[in-house]
Amino acid sequence: MSRIGVFICQCGTNIADTVDTEKVAEEMKKIPGVVHTQDYKFMCSSPGQKMLKEAVKKHRLDGMIVSACSPHMHEKTFRRACESAGINPYMCEIANIREQCSWVHHDKTKETGTVKSLDLTRMTIERLKKNQPLKPNKIPVNKRALIIGGGIAGIQAALDIADGGREVLLVEKTPSIGGNMAKLSETFPTMDCSQCILTPKMVEAELHENITLMTYSEVEKIEGFIGNFRVTIRKKARYVNEELCTGCGDCWDKCPFKQDSEFEHGLKKRKVIYTPFPQSVPNIPVIDAPNCAMLQKGKCGVCAKVCGPKAVDFEQKDIVVEEKVGAIVVATGYDLMPNEHFGEYGYGRIKDVINGLQFERLASSSGPTGGKILRPSDGKEPQSIVFIQCAGSRDEKKGVSYCSKICCMYTAKHTMLYRHKVHDGQSYVFYMDIRSGGKRYEEFVRGAIEKDGAMYLRGRVSRVYEKDGKVIVQGADTLSDSQVEIEADMVVLATALVSRPGADTLAQKLGIGYDKHKFYNEYHPKLKPVETVTAGIFLAGTCLGPMDVPESVAQGSAAASKVLVLTSSDEMIKDPTTAIVNDFTCNACWDCVVACPYSAIEKTDIKDREGNVIRRLAHVNDGVCTGCGTCVAACRSKAIDLKGYTDEQVYAAINAF
Amino acid sequence: MKIKLSKSDIDGALVTQISKVSGEDFKQCYQCGNCSGGCPVSYAMDIPPSQIIRFLQLGRFELVMEANSMWVCVGCLQCYSRCPKGVSAANILEAARQLSLRKGTDHERIEDLPVSFLKTAPQQAIVCGFRKFVS
Repeated sequence: MSRIGVFICQCGTNIADTVDTEKVAEEMKKIPGVVHTQDYKFMCSSPGQKMLKEAVKKHRLDGMIVSACSPHMHEKTFRRACESAGINPYMCEIANIREQCSWVHHDKTKETGTVKSLDLTRMTIERLKKNQPLKPNKIPVNKRALIIGGGIAGIQAALDIADGGREVLLVEKTPSIGGNMAKLSETFPTMDCSQCILTPKMVEAELHENITLMTYSEVEKIEGFIGNFRVTIRKKARYVNEELCTGCGDCWDKCPFKQDSEFEHGLKKRKVIYTPFPQSVPNIPVIDAPNCAMLQKGKCGVCAKVCGPKAVDFEQKDIVVEEKVGAIVVATGYDLMPNEHFGEYGYGRIKDVINGLQFERLASSSGPTGGKILRPSDGKEPQSIVFIQCAGSRDEKKGVSYCSKICCMYTAKHTMLYRHKVHDGQSYVFYMDIRSGGKRYEEFVRGAIEKDGAMYLRGRVSRVYEKDGKVIVQGADTLSDSQVEIEADMVVLATALVSRPGADTLAQKLGIGYDKHKFYNEYHPKLKPVETVTAGIFLAGTCLGPMDVPESVAQGSAAASKVLVLTSSDEMIKDPTTAIVNDFTCNACWDCVVACPYSAIEKTDIKDREGNVIRRLAHVNDGVCTGCGTCVAACRSKAIDLKGYTDEQVYAAINAF
Repeated sequence: MKIKLSKSDIDGALVTQISKVSGEDFKQCYQCGNCSGGCPVSYAMDIPPSQIIRFLQLGRFELVMEANSMWVCVGCLQCYSRCPKGVSAANILEAARQLSLRKGTDHERIEDLPVSFLKTAPQQAIVCGFRKFVS
């Protein structure tokens, strides 16, 4: 027979106004198994808690009900009090007689409120009788972290984690870290040169003793769970020995073949053996295998001949490695919407219609024109440029429904850069709204208009066509109710930011959610902005959605702090209220495996002594399970129970009503 | 209405002149419409004050000069007192009036006014009217 104590809180007058707590205490005493009841003004106060602990000792209680506020408020408080009094904290249950009772009853005679309180408390008592003491799960934690993506968000996360004393593995798909930020000329709103602020961080990441860089590598498979991930990484063949290469550049000087540079967005050619840009980290070239004559046809090999340290190795193969890490930060970044979306803007058809990142390259001192704004068609300095905002953004029909967030700011920056470089040039900006929320952002845009003379026109552009070497832009200005036609020398599209191609497949490998635009889902949009539904996997930067550099950096640091919290101790303590499978009744239909949003359920084999599989069973991984209960509902054979919330407990409560 | 926009329109000589005479920088205006919203006589204008400024931003001097707005404006300065950017639409309309009158063409001719009106109207109104409408 259990020895239960029932404590009813008056919560000042919050509960006592509409509930006769004394009567509840009296009535509960009549229930078998209840040996002590008491009501008090504030159960959560220190005297209240002290009273609770003393009652446990005096009446030798083995379970406890506190009828008070929502368990969200003080469940932890009372369970901790229980623990210090010597009983298992999971033998303490809360009956909510405030939010779900006293606050919604206005009957001052206390009749209705008291009746409901009696019901709620009685139900909880019957439920408690079926409770089992539970022990928190302890999971060992591997202290290494994996960062996927070496853009500014990934670099920031890597540096912060490494500075916190943890080992970091930074995996980047392209030959160099730096990401999209490395392509930018200046950054708003302070107009400092992007490379000047980024490259020191890139070098720091390269030299940091706790960071291992894996460039030109891709994550292929992820297994395991929080604290214990096993990651398979493919290190693509560079055809250059990283140990021997000195980065002298003789190979790419002599390479006779050229291809469009991805880094310069097609505005310049690169060699077939190349580094993406001069400040690449690591400064080791790769051979673009599909376009290399030596690798494809066995003819050429000039790079190998001129290489002093003999680092070029045409025999190199992809290497697949498995790494063990405790936490993962996903920072895979964004892409610009592909050209074909902008038929009416002539992108891809008219040479002088370019996108925002191409303009960044034109304005960059390390870019294809050495920082001179020259139009691609004939290399002349454009006397007028039309900037078209929301190209693809906020366009439900042909583009994406969301706002790409950074375009208003970078377009204003572009007009400034243009005016600073071409003093008598005139810029025009077609916009729908100017969204310049952020510190010093609005002032920045007004500066572009008022000081640097950008002509802002409120409306969309409906047509762009070529005529006599000019690009004619036809749009609207709704502020003056007029149709506007501009003969421009060049057009810059503020193309929508979209997720990386393959973002969805990576998400599926990781077991994290993504939205219809394939941007990754945070656990909670406000309170858990860098966490995912899969414990131990964090997000940072534009893989979540469009954001600017400051925000990406903040998220990189935020994700790093989460990783440092996770790796701060050798073991992680987890709530024991997880699902458990009854091995005798599980019929391995795998409905639970499909239903689990956290990929916490594994298919396991039961083998006989000879090693033959005799049965298959679902097994819940306590490290991953969050106790959401979805599998319990999905299980056809009722083989799954949620510890602390078993069917038996729930039925006992219902029967007591 | 269709506008062919170019740098010569935006920095046009006539627009620059209005800006100079009024002392107002049109680029300051971000078209919130507060001036038109509060103007006690904008209902009677061909083009309300905020749109006058918009046309000047776009270099459409002639539209401003053709509209009756500058003659309707009473110069109460409500537009200026409400403008979050400190632009005075009244100053701009006053400049437009000045530029119009400087051509030597009067907006009102004294001899066109009916005698009965001149006899009943307050003397001060007539003096003010002449100062506003006559070169």
